Amino acid sequence: MAYFAQQAVNAISLGFLYALIALGYTMVYGVLTMINFAHGDLFMLGAFICLLLVTFSPIALPFPILLVLVMLIIGGLGGLIERLAYRPLRDAPRVSAVITALGCGLVISNTTLSISPYSRAMPEVFNDQYFNVFGVGISTLQMLIIGVSLALMIGLDALIQKSRFGMALRAVAFDARSAPLMGISVNRIISLTFLIGTGLGGAAGMLYGMAFPVISASMGVLVGWKAFIAAVIGGIGNIRGAVLGGFILGTVEIFSVATLPSTYRDLISYSLLLVILIFKPYGILGRAPNIKV
Amino acid sequence: MENIRRFCVRLADRRWILPVLLVLGMTFCVVAESTSLLNSYTRFVLTAMLVNVILCVSLNLVNGYLGEFSVGHAGFMALGAYASAMLTTCLFPQTPALFIPAILVGGLMAAVVGFFLALLSFKTRGDYLAIITLAFLMIVKSALENISWVGGPRGLAGIPTLTTLPIAFATAIITLWVIRNLIYSKFGRAVVAIREDEIAANAMGVRTREAKILAFTVSSFFGGVAGALLAHQITFINPGSFDIVKSTEILVMVYLGGIGSLAGSILGAVIFTFLSEALREYGTWRMVILPLILVLLMIFRPRGIMGLRELPWFLPRRELFNRRKKS
Amino acid sequence: MSALLEIEDVTMRFGGLCAISNCRMTVPAGITHGIIGPNGAGKTTLFNLITGIYRPTEGIIRYKGRKISGQRPSRIALEGIGRTFQNIRIFKSLTVLENVRIAYDSQLRYGPMESLMRVGRYGRAEDESIARSMELLEHFGLSGFASIPASGLSYGSQRRLEIARALALKPALLLLDEPAAGMNTGETSALTEFLRDIRDHFQVTMILIEHHMHLVMNLCDKITVLDFGRVIADGTPAEIRANPRVIEAYLGESTE
Ligand SMILES: Nc1ncnc2c1ncn2[C@@H]1O[C@H](COP(=O)(O)OP(=O)(O)OP(=O)(O)O)[C@@H](O)[C@H]1O
Ligand SMILES: [Mg+2]
Repeated sequence: MAYFAQQAVNAISLGFLYALIALGYTMVYGVLTMINFAHGDLFMLGAFICLLLVTFSPIALPFPILLVLVMLIIGGLGGLIERLAYRPLRDAPRVSAVITALGCGLVISNTTLSISPYSRAMPEVFNDQYFNVFGVGISTLQMLIIGVSLALMIGLDALIQKSRFGMALRAVAFDARSAPLMGISVNRIISLTFLIGTGLGGAAGMLYGMAFPVISASMGVLVGWKAFIAAVIGGIGNIRGAVLGGFILGTVEIFSVATLPSTYRDLISYSLLLVILIFKPYGILGRAPNIKV
Repeated sequence: MENIRRFCVRLADRRWILPVLLVLGMTFCVVAESTSLLNSYTRFVLTAMLVNVILCVSLNLVNGYLGEFSVGHAGFMALGAYASAMLTTCLFPQTPALFIPAILVGGLMAAVVGFFLALLSFKTRGDYLAIITLAFLMIVKSALENISWVGGPRGLAGIPTLTTLPIAFATAIITLWVIRNLIYSKFGRAVVAIREDEIAANAMGVRTREAKILAFTVSSFFGGVAGALLAHQITFINPGSFDIVKSTEILVMVYLGGIGSLAGSILGAVIFTFLSEALREYGTWRMVILPLILVLLMIFRPRGIMGLRELPWFLPRRELFNRRKKS
Repeated sequence: MSALLEIEDVTMRFGGLCAISNCRMTVPAGITHGIIGPNGAGKTTLFNLITGIYRPTEGIIRYKGRKISGQRPSRIALEGIGRTFQNIRIFKSLTVLENVRIAYDSQLRYGPMESLMRVGRYGRAEDESIARSMELLEHFGLSGFASIPASGLSYGSQRRLEIARALALKPALLLLDEPAAGMNTGETSALTEFLRDIRDHFQVTMILIEHHMHLVMNLCDKITVLDFGRVIADGTPAEIRANPRVIEAYLGESTE
């Protein structure tokens, strides 16, 4: 029982991380109906930026400042990619944008790989401690991951449901062609969406790097793309679906690793994706798009 | 410059050049293989180029003519490579005569899997093919890593070198011939109509689902064939050789040469092979430059060098008068 | 019982919006039937229901006495229903000839192996498809443009190409969605003659959606009026012209 509870705690914190990354995929998809394959690699870069900041900063940066810096840098980079690579393709066939995203992702990951061919150890950002709650071990880090992710998600939800930006965002997602008629600057909304979405991915990268402190250039494909599975399982384009998908995937992974050899983890995750897509092509919470003729 | 252009146009209209080129090419391959006309490196690069032509033409069927987006071609290569290599290395070693059947088995293996994958993925909307093929690619890779009798993560070594220059040449020609004959038939026209407008195609009696499945299955078959050839060229394969990077390489070829053009696919494969060899000394930076080319292509020339234009050599005679003229 | 098309109590809902409600309509063979109604009345939706692009939420559609609702669009097309689209949907980067051939292809009988080996029925079928498609283009005055990309045609020619393509299916029923859209009065009366000629030459039953009243009144034997997804009137042109509910639907609320 204690063992089960322990695994549940691990599954929850992993689920939160996946959900945090999945939000970026889903936000971009919701607004542009485009799969941003580069998102996983920006997530990876989040961990590396954190490493750089910790290593080269003259003073020891406290965690909150570090987090904000990483989010700003990665978010800015995501916005930049949108501006340079995706925006020129806004009116091109959808396939072009997806290919471009895949290309951008590979450029990022292979540049990182070329500069840092080996895995690197993430230095400790703060002193981690274990607590024992009714026989279940939970670390400060896990609590931090859960806390920060929860705060970011609640913030995002409030932003989308309550703010003017959120309203404009939903308008663009609903119908990008008539949104400008309502005085909404579509380009601004899309830029902001990328900024926020990839910023969250960057934060997840940093947290992931702290939780599993060996980081490498392949993290974008190995972990980032997993979160993409989470987004699709939940129903890509649907924000709550991303969170749900993250938890499902986190749970499945933790319990499959606990019962099977760990090399089966990817096999199981991707097979789960395939099975879900067969039975629910639009994910658990997603709905079939409406094609007007 | 204008003279050169006019010369090329005239050359393109001389259809008898193609059979002559084929005979010359085949002779050259046989000679090069049996004498020391070329050093082994050059032979290796030429063989790789021919394998790339097969890959590019076959992926073009799905990503160019059909206008869908598959990132799974490396997965089909893996199936073909492993299936054929198991035959020639473990089950029937020392019987080079079995190579041709082994290539076919590799292709069939990929085609069967491709068929079922297509059956699943074309039920849903367009960009889901990208997701499904991505999942497929990852599943193939991690499944191979977990099957110990195909070598697990270490892979298969000691595969006999059976892919000779003439065999690669002949296979590439057969691939081009099959795909060309498919495209210039009602089946191919259906595929192209889907790319142009799926709803209209459907309303004009095109059975869109069947057409997509056919295109995808044929494409997977030749992906498997190319994998079989590659395995018997490089003699060592592991799951890591067939990852997303390999798929991206093929994508670069397709979009470089031209979506919807056989001549473009050949051109794309040739340029890519040389580019890739030239960049080899830069190590992993090579995989920065190639995707960068892909991105720039998408932004500035999304239909590739040839676009939808086709060299008259490849058109059936009855289609000649119907060559696209400028509007 | 000789009705070519029967629409029985068909309803189509998009979420909360009821685009077609309890529609009943019967089209006998050989006539030209007009559908009119204000913007958003559900006319195009009705065509999409007949051709299988949407499945009706409720109700049944029969063609030649057989149920077609629920079938795939390609199957319905092969049963003999051709159509055009309100916003032209030709295959833009294919040649004009290829556009027509694609619709003609469903009548070619050869298998994949015959086309791979270029043997058997393949050659003759392809030759015939080119010849027949050219004949069709000839009839539409488009044969001179056979080998240019369809996107290179003028707007009017693109509309004609779309009709030619639909006729390549050899349909018994032809659905035209606003064929005169974007045309001036002169062009519209030319189109009226043109459609009359098509009807007689190809022996098709026609259903056409139009906003140009002149064209509809001149060409159609029967007219159905839709408003907010409901059939509010049907009858001969003369009856429709005199129907107060139609005038009300078109001119807004009448003063009682
Ligand atoms: N796929 C769809 N999803 C949601 N609503 C739809 C869809 N197709 C049509 N509608 C709605 O159904 C109603 C009828 O649309 P339809 O296109 O059939 O009108 P119409 O009579 O053809 O109008 P018009 O004269 O403007 O062409 C409209 O309110 C439209 O917004
Ligand atoms: Mg309409």
